Amino acid sequence: MAKLDSKIPKGSLSKKWTNHKSKINLVSPANKRLIDVIVVGTGLAGASASATLAELGYNVKTFCFQDSPRRAHSIAAQGGINAAKNYQGDGDSTFRLFYDTIKGGDYRSRESNVYRLAEVSTNIIDQCVAQGVPFARDYGGLLDNRSFGGVLVSRTFYAKGQTGQQLLLGAYSAMNRQIGRGKIKMYNRHEMMDLVLIDGKARGIITRNLVNGEIERYSAHAVVIASGGYGNVFFLSTNAMGSNVSASWKIHKRGAHFANPCFTQIHPTCIPVSGEHQSKLTLMSESLRNDGRIWVPKKLEDVKAIRAGKLKATDVVEEDRDYYLERRYPAFGNLVPRDVASRAAKERCDAGFGVNKTGEAVYLDFAAAINRYGKEQAHVKGLDENDATLVKKLGQEVVRAKYGNLFQMYEKIVDQDPYETPMMIYPAVHYTMGGVWVDYNLMTSIPGCYAIGEANFSDHGANRLGASALMQGLADGYFVLPYTIGDYLSDDIRTGPISTDSPEFEAAEKEVKDQMKAFVNNNGKHSVDYYHKKLGKIMWDKCGMSRNEKGLKEAISEIKTLREDFYKNVKVPGGSEEFNEQLAKAGRVADFLELGELFAKDALERTESCGGHFREESQTPEGEAMRDDKNFTFVSAWEYKGEPSNAKLHKEELKFKEIEVKTRSYK
Amino acid sequence: MNLKLKIWRQANAEAKGKTITYSISDISPDMSFLEMMDMHNEQLIQQGEDPVAFDHDCREGICGMCSMFINGEAHGPDRLVTTCQLHMRKFKDGDTITIEPFRANAFPVIKDLAVDRSAFDRIQQAGGFVSVNTSGNTQDANAIPIDKHDADKAFDAATCIGCGACVASCKNASAMLFVSAKVSQYALLPQGKVEATDRVLNMVNQMDEEGFGNCTNTGACEVECPKGISLENIARMNRAYLTASLKG
Repeated sequence: MAKLDSKIPKGSLSKKWTNHKSKINLVSPANKRLIDVIVVGTGLAGASASATLAELGYNVKTFCFQDSPRRAHSIAAQGGINAAKNYQGDGDSTFRLFYDTIKGGDYRSRESNVYRLAEVSTNIIDQCVAQGVPFARDYGGLLDNRSFGGVLVSRTFYAKGQTGQQLLLGAYSAMNRQIGRGKIKMYNRHEMMDLVLIDGKARGIITRNLVNGEIERYSAHAVVIASGGYGNVFFLSTNAMGSNVSASWKIHKRGAHFANPCFTQIHPTCIPVSGEHQSKLTLMSESLRNDGRIWVPKKLEDVKAIRAGKLKATDVVEEDRDYYLERRYPAFGNLVPRDVASRAAKERCDAGFGVNKTGEAVYLDFAAAINRYGKEQAHVKGLDENDATLVKKLGQEVVRAKYGNLFQMYEKIVDQDPYETPMMIYPAVHYTMGGVWVDYNLMTSIPGCYAIGEANFSDHGANRLGASALMQGLADGYFVLPYTIGDYLSDDIRTGPISTDSPEFEAAEKEVKDQMKAFVNNNGKHSVDYYHKKLGKIMWDKCGMSRNEKGLKEAISEIKTLREDFYKNVKVPGGSEEFNEQLAKAGRVADFLELGELFAKDALERTESCGGHFREESQTPEGEAMRDDKNFTFVSAWEYKGEPSNAKLHKEELKFKEIEVKTRSYK
Repeated sequence: MNLKLKIWRQANAEAKGKTITYSISDISPDMSFLEMMDMHNEQLIQQGEDPVAFDHDCREGICGMCSMFINGEAHGPDRLVTTCQLHMRKFKDGDTITIEPFRANAFPVIKDLAVDRSAFDRIQQAGGFVSVNTSGNTQDANAIPIDKHDADKAFDAATCIGCGACVASCKNASAMLFVSAKVSQYALLPQGKVEATDRVLNMVNQMDEEGFGNCTNTGACEVECPKGISLENIARMNRAYLTASLKG
């Protein structure tokens, strides 16, 4: 395999993208009609890329496993999307967004990619408004902003708690326009099973039609993977049930390096686990930390009384509450980045201050915000600011307008009214910063195979800032990939249609069919979920919010053993040539069982703490993460060599030219 | 809790389906409805039987994929929730729960409780968009101020998750609430007004072609809509359609 070449253009940081765009090769409109591109996944990255490529004139074939492209899990993103518009006049700029993102990622992302992301961010908002995305507005009719963690400006655009939904429906509508014109051929309920390489180039995919089980072949001149992250390796996460690593993992097995698999985001504000039956976890948007204050009781006897149901949260007096984020991080308070907030919650709960039955929950309290907004409204309306009942009512109305859907979701799940009593929250797996390694052009280490959105690794380093995932997905899909892919495809204008009747397609299809048959004929004793849950528990206990050498070594051997048991004893009911959800799951869990091991190996190798990756061996006396810049300022890119334990490490050195690498502090 | 489940089983689109009764025990009131279904499927797998097929994905009420008709109501007895957000605390020990797919001619059954709702996609493809290129070379996002009330109403309409509960709840299997929500979102925004006439005609024509029924204003759709999409949207679309037809 060739040496890693990140293909970062020369020149000053702020000119790189502009210069690169003007120098790379283009494909003429007439030739674009002769070129096919496959896109796998229809979240923000996949949908926006499909629409834009089709609009440019390429023939696009797009695949999703859901029953409609509109269901991809970007739909569930709640809080917002960042852009350096500086509409609030609070000192925001492209450079500041770039700086915040690099610092937020704990200096483990690629400077040039992050700068480009900040640069195109403003275009995204213009584009979405033009598409009819109904962002929140103020009474003057202009766009409103809110704040997110890890930054000191208001640059987050939002549509209540449904920003991801509105942005995805925008991208979906752009896709629909192209589907209607015949420029996108859409394949719903199709799962990518493998990548087909011809002469070392990505030339197509094998899919399984989830309705009838048929294994099908599709060819193209380039393949784009936009299949999202791998948080479900933990079984319980905020991801959708179907979210999986398989497309990324299949290309990894065909030669694409997998970067920083251990960089996972544990989101601090999720609804706590309620029991063994739990199938997934629900996020409560980070935007709530604009107005919610996080606390646990100061006294252990209060904690005991609360758990026993003898004391209510609202009865704990102010001086007996420990607002631990405000205490530890006075500059950022409740708006510290996610990794910091999650670890702080774990620290309090580990010390015995967790406020629910399981001891794994802290309070997120809106009483102060309701009071503040209520007084403000009473003042505006010329009413009595000292009338507590009136103030509460007015304040609750403001909070309902801002976060109504989130409060409703919470109430339905927990059966408590968060307008009256604080929410209970606990960290949960949410997003994966690691992913397929890509160069500046978003091409993987396989020629002609690209990875965009959460599926790649490039922009968020070791920790992603809130409201940056939507920004990256759309930046990659609308504004980056459509340019860079042309540079590669300009060599393909004379290639002509690619036949699927080749030995390469034949062999890949046979492998898939054999695997499917093996699963349904296995006649084992445990269900797929049995294995998925076991894997999840190993991952959460040993590769979760805090990691150490001993635990990681155990995880590696336990996952390997579990994987062997899975192939021997998994039970998949039904046949392979029919609608069979268990069979689809079996394939996904098989890939998680390999990825999990590589994940632990990566975490073991990186003995420093950085961002969401916390190695207990590497911390300051106050318990803060301690980076080791001398030895670890690089991207770990793993090359597949059979078993995950044999994966070969390649290092991409990270060079920071425009900013000074500092200790990340939010104090 | 111990429950009786009467579930619609149908091997595929062509097969004849029937209701099969199962018993399930030890259900916690904190479980979601789909977690109860997971547990039921786990038991079927252990017994060597075919698990019940049903659509689901995000399990937080936003993707619109889950689609069960529970005790005669789309998404079950609770209000403003999808099936995945429905919790077992809404049921009592000893209850019998009837679970069927969303039924409509335009939503053929794929297997058991999973149906094909691609008709909704085709309606959107007929005009559910603003014809603007995705190059980003558009005017500044704040160039056109939009009245907050209009923006909020457009947002409310845009929160439709495309689950199809409106169709399943309607005695005529009409898709008017779904289509009118999209038409309204764009009609209320300056960006969408330009092609409003063509949009409403094209989307309504496609809706008719897909075989959805007529709207007779019973309002059942609004009651069962998990996102509270308002009937106002249908009135708005009817006006727009009439105006567009007269212009046409």
